[in-house]
Amino acid sequence: MVHAKTGVLAFTAALLMTGSAMAEQRVLKYNADYDPIPLAAMEALIADFEAANPDIDVQLTNFDHEGYKTAIRNFLTADSPDLANWYAGNRMAPFVTSGQFLDVSDVWEANGLGEALASAKASMTIDGKQWGVPYTYYQWGIYYNRDAYKAAGVDLPGENGVSWDQFVANCEKFKAAGIDCVTTGSKALWPVAGIFDYLSLRTNGYEWHMDLTAGKVPWTDQKVKDVFAQWAKIQPYTTANHAAIDWQDAAALLVQGKAANYVMGNFAVGVFKEGGMTNETLGFMVFPEITPGIPRAEEAPTDTIHIPAGAQNVEDAKKFLAFVASPEAQTKWNAAVGQLPTNKNSTVDPNDPFLVAGFESLSTAYALAQFFDRDAPAEMAKAGMEGFQEFLVKPENLDAILERLEKTRQKVYK
Amino acid sequence: MSAYWKANQRRLAPWLFLAPGALMFLIYVLIPIAQSIWISFYDWDGMGEATWIGTANYVELVDDDAFYTSLKNNVIWLVLYMLALPVGLMIAIFLNQNVRGIRAYKSLFFFPFVISQVVVGLMFSWFYAPDFGLFYRLIEWATGTGIAVLADERFVTYGIIAAGLWPQIAYVMILYLTGLNNVAPDQVEAARLDGARGWRMLWYVILPQLKPATFIAVVVTVIGALRSFDLVSIMTDGGPYGSSRVLSFFMYEQALSEYGYRMGYGAAIAVVLFAIMMVFISGFIWKMWRDETER
Repeated sequence: MVHAKTGVLAFTAALLMTGSAMAEQRVLKYNADYDPIPLAAMEALIADFEAANPDIDVQLTNFDHEGYKTAIRNFLTADSPDLANWYAGNRMAPFVTSGQFLDVSDVWEANGLGEALASAKASMTIDGKQWGVPYTYYQWGIYYNRDAYKAAGVDLPGENGVSWDQFVANCEKFKAAGIDCVTTGSKALWPVAGIFDYLSLRTNGYEWHMDLTAGKVPWTDQKVKDVFAQWAKIQPYTTANHAAIDWQDAAALLVQGKAANYVMGNFAVGVFKEGGMTNETLGFMVFPEITPGIPRAEEAPTDTIHIPAGAQNVEDAKKFLAFVASPEAQTKWNAAVGQLPTNKNSTVDPNDPFLVAGFESLSTAYALAQFFDRDAPAEMAKAGMEGFQEFLVKPENLDAILERLEKTRQKVYK
Repeated sequence: MSAYWKANQRRLAPWLFLAPGALMFLIYVLIPIAQSIWISFYDWDGMGEATWIGTANYVELVDDDAFYTSLKNNVIWLVLYMLALPVGLMIAIFLNQNVRGIRAYKSLFFFPFVISQVVVGLMFSWFYAPDFGLFYRLIEWATGTGIAVLADERFVTYGIIAAGLWPQIAYVMILYLTGLNNVAPDQVEAARLDGARGWRMLWYVILPQLKPATFIAVVVTVIGALRSFDLVSIMTDGGPYGSSRVLSFFMYEQALSEYGYRMGYGAAIAVVLFAIMMVFISGFIWKMWRDETER
């Protein structure tokens, strides 16, 4: 009984103390969707921010990654935080046009972000204003298994990768050795969109690809057919049952040497290495050039933080955005997570060949695409990715697929 | 007041007792149905302004290939799900005997109905999985080339229905087992004296007595087939390229999924699904009403 009483007393005292502490501090509510490793990195970043601003208390509410996509629509209208995670490009357009995100152009202006975050600025801009701050992106490209190349007797890609014709010719040799030349797992659809994006960027260029995802080009256009004609060259050498497996299952095929090449994002490196691959066996190359002379554009999906229109503490939220955009914060966060900082004054770990290669590939790129499902509106993205998957299974259906996509295009972009 | 109450007590009491239930039914069933129908005439992303577009959602639906795929799959589901009735009855008759440990066997047969549909879906997707799935390996061993059921548009719906039938058969079996307990032994005795055996016994003596159980089994099977959302979502997410969609999944995809948020279009699909269910529901209600009045 006595113990219980002291317990209650201590509890009350603790309550009073936190109460008084909260009275001094201004609260900044932040809703996010981090997996464990990025979450730890963000908690470290928040600790640094709070150390620099002792009068601000950042309260992070972390959501499950998939659930967040639904939750954000509810909390933006019902119980708005001061900060929220989201994505760049067309993905943020619905929230911007419906007035759910605040214009943060002044943060960009005041901190010279237009120059420091130049590579990501275009994808943060709608109607000439910036609607959030990017803090990380990662490169896409071809990851390959050096052992599989050796097993099939194929020459390893050189410093500048291989030419497209060589890549296609290699596929023939992989086939003879019983190895899938290209692997992918399209159960969740999006991995095939990465292949399409690269073929499109390399065949017709960045501007054309952006026009396509913006709905300005008909899907029945000859140039779309050109992209699929290139795809048809590697379609027979792609893992047969890709529609039944997830991207991690396809990663296992690459790790086991049953597949040679995988068009993927850099986040997959962790999975490859968990499967036993090392910097010795895992290789990375930029997707080969197809049409000679087209400026090289890359895929770099960008993650961002925004201020919702219903935020209570806009002043401190802007301070936080400026902090997240700083080169020091971005260097530290991305080093912990193994991704690339968007601030060009940041640095990456020189001992990670994939990060170095990615930083090199993105910083010298002519332009950056976000990814098919972020560049195209949601409905078009869904229909498109289903079409790509169907093409990979049944290339003979191409005309019907393009007819269907064209019908969707006319409906979506009215 | 009290005089009025005294005079009309017997007339008012049933309504008072009905009131809580009726209120709930109104709030959670009738009003949402009306709202869905209302929303289906709008173009609305769930957040911004809703625009009245009349019947445009329905016009689009009639022109949408995905809608016909879903409708066709729903019909396949309805037809094949009915297999649960004969199979469930067979197992029930088989288990309806007095041997040692029969209760344990019965509970084992009932087991699939106890586990969640999500777990059933996961188990079957591993069963079908290319390279390591048992089913895939069996087919590979028998024919030389394996079939990835869930990646093949020709088989995917049947593959999912097979997964759904497993717990559904168990459910129907339990309904028939309780029904078999109520079969009058004297009638069976009398039929036996008259020389009825085997199929004739089953068809003319047992089945008529199982009529109430059959009715309930048909109802739950039809409803189970029409709301077949969870298995599709877990096993294929509607894929490959949308060929295993059913109406309920299509509705979710359009209205609530990552690439959706077309509330009006989703509501229009919901209305169509509701209309299909209404056909069955009115049929059931009509039958029940007829049975009640005949007595």
